[in-house]
Amino acid sequence: ASHGTFHLGRPATEAEIAAWDIDVRPDGTGLPAGSGTVMQGEAIYTEQCAACHGDFGEAIGRWPVLAGGYDTLTRERPVKTVGSYWPYLSTVYDYVRRAMPFGNARSLSDDDVYALTAYVLYLNDVVTDEEFELSRENFGTIRLPNEDGFVGDDREAEPAYAKAAEPCMSDCRPGKAEIVQHAAVLDVTPDAEGDD
Amino acid sequence: MTDRPTRRNFITGGLAAGTALAASAAAARAGGDPAITEIQDWNRYPGDGVDVRPYGAPSQYEAHVVRRSVPWLTADPISSVNFTPLHELDGIITPNGLCFERHHAGIAEIDPAMHRLMIHGLVDTPLVFTMADLMRFPRENRIYFLECAANSGMEWRGAQLNGCQYTHGMVHCVMYTGVRLRHLLEEAGIRGSAAWVMPEGADASAMSRSIPLEKALDDCLVAFRMNGEALRPEQGYPLRLVVPGWEGNMWVKWLRRIEVGDKPWHLREETSKYTDLLASGKARRFTWTMDVKSVITSPSPQAPVTHGKGRMVVTGLAWSGAGTIKRVDVTVDGGRNWTTARIDGPSLPMALHRFYHEFDWDGSDLFLQSRAIDEAGVVQPTKDALRAARGENSIYHNNGIQTWHVAKDGVVENVEIS
Repeated sequence: ASHGTFHLGRPATEAEIAAWDIDVRPDGTGLPAGSGTVMQGEAIYTEQCAACHGDFGEAIGRWPVLAGGYDTLTRERPVKTVGSYWPYLSTVYDYVRRAMPFGNARSLSDDDVYALTAYVLYLNDVVTDEEFELSRENFGTIRLPNEDGFVGDDREAEPAYAKAAEPCMSDCRPGKAEIVQHAAVLDVTPDAEGDD
Repeated sequence: MTDRPTRRNFITGGLAAGTALAASAAAARAGGDPAITEIQDWNRYPGDGVDVRPYGAPSQYEAHVVRRSVPWLTADPISSVNFTPLHELDGIITPNGLCFERHHAGIAEIDPAMHRLMIHGLVDTPLVFTMADLMRFPRENRIYFLECAANSGMEWRGAQLNGCQYTHGMVHCVMYTGVRLRHLLEEAGIRGSAAWVMPEGADASAMSRSIPLEKALDDCLVAFRMNGEALRPEQGYPLRLVVPGWEGNMWVKWLRRIEVGDKPWHLREETSKYTDLLASGKARRFTWTMDVKSVITSPSPQAPVTHGKGRMVVTGLAWSGAGTIKRVDVTVDGGRNWTTARIDGPSLPMALHRFYHEFDWDGSDLFLQSRAIDEAGVVQPTKDALRAARGENSIYHNNGIQTWHVAKDGVVENVEIS
């Protein structure tokens, strides 16, 4: 087939596109046929996910926390989870299907991913019924709590970014500078010798 | 390397380097420096022939110039980051082997004969390209910085890591050779309703982002070479996306697919990650541009002053996602007074700029800072100004002014000052 101006490459086949086109958008575009329940998801989660993410999504060590953290986004140490922070459920399905479990990606069936997504909703109290079944058909009825928590990039409105403000060059601050915080006191930098 | 100055052995070992210099001076007075008066091995015996080093490596005496990581930053080293040793480098080009790495599922080792790039979605003809196909498009060479959105992110709450490698080393700058993404999209034929593209990587994280079509058609490249040679595996071999001036996460490595769509996808790396939480509890999303920024690379905590009073060279890097750097100012008194530094070398849009400030050090305490101004006229803000606007939990996009304290003995520390 003729295409473009350089006539390079070749048309992709439908099977090739289907093999790689796995992304899902918030409006549900890209969701495959299938379904899974909270109970099914719990079994898969326990076997495939809990070793890193914890039995209740609370996480082991520094692995990501999946559940909880409500009303912490304005606190000194926010806990950003699917329930407290993520805007769209589509991202859960998309990301788990493309990249989880860590170390064995693309190993879950579409039904497995629906079941795990349902279980993550359950861990976050977005659904409370253990019999709940998530499917392509009812996916769009689920809303995550922080859907409206995001704004566009408005950095240029910040005072420091006022255009063409010529900065002070001399006698800009009174007195002598004083140290208010030392990195060396905290001492969390790896030894530069690289032997520890 | 045991005689290389570091913060730790510089303090505990005393002024060992200074002592050695004094001994050398004494020897010279007594009749000569043995480095001169004694015949050295390299002056007597031949070295390696031309067949010994088919792909050369740095001198053994530069073995300390390496990428370093901070193990406690991440859960494991597979989805993690390391840091460019900025304090040991000069000029504006980062050597390929020292460019910081950020992977989300480790380094994909891809056979280029098995690599494919697919373009599909809102196009007239979905296409598949081999690497050989891509090499037949018109090529361009461009020098750009790539900065991780999280560079300096550990410093939002205050001074934490002691060295510019750690505070600012998630940046590198190389010359990319590749083809305009525009050529590839037009080859497939973009449909009128198209407004976004989604690049995706072939690695096990299947890294993916939403990029507005306007940027994709403007200056994005699909690159297969860096600094003249093939991409390094850790930088996306055989193919990566180049998104000039924008946060490093969008520069998808091991690029295998570009979908064209009419809306953004809101993928994990633009919802859970790479969104910037503000003090209000709201978070900014799609914060793509890397703002004007600079750092003094020497002196710095890993590069203390060992020569005593007198002539001192202060040098560093400045960059902006908005274009070129118009000016860099340097202060030695914590921002009370500023002097405009000298930019040396090429001044290219969305590339690192190298600056120098030379002066006579009188041996007193210094509070070194640099302040960059880009061609849009935006002045690099202080960290306090950023915190006042955003709070302390943004993680990403910390371009605040860095302070190094140079003590009288030449030891340098990462500090925050009043």
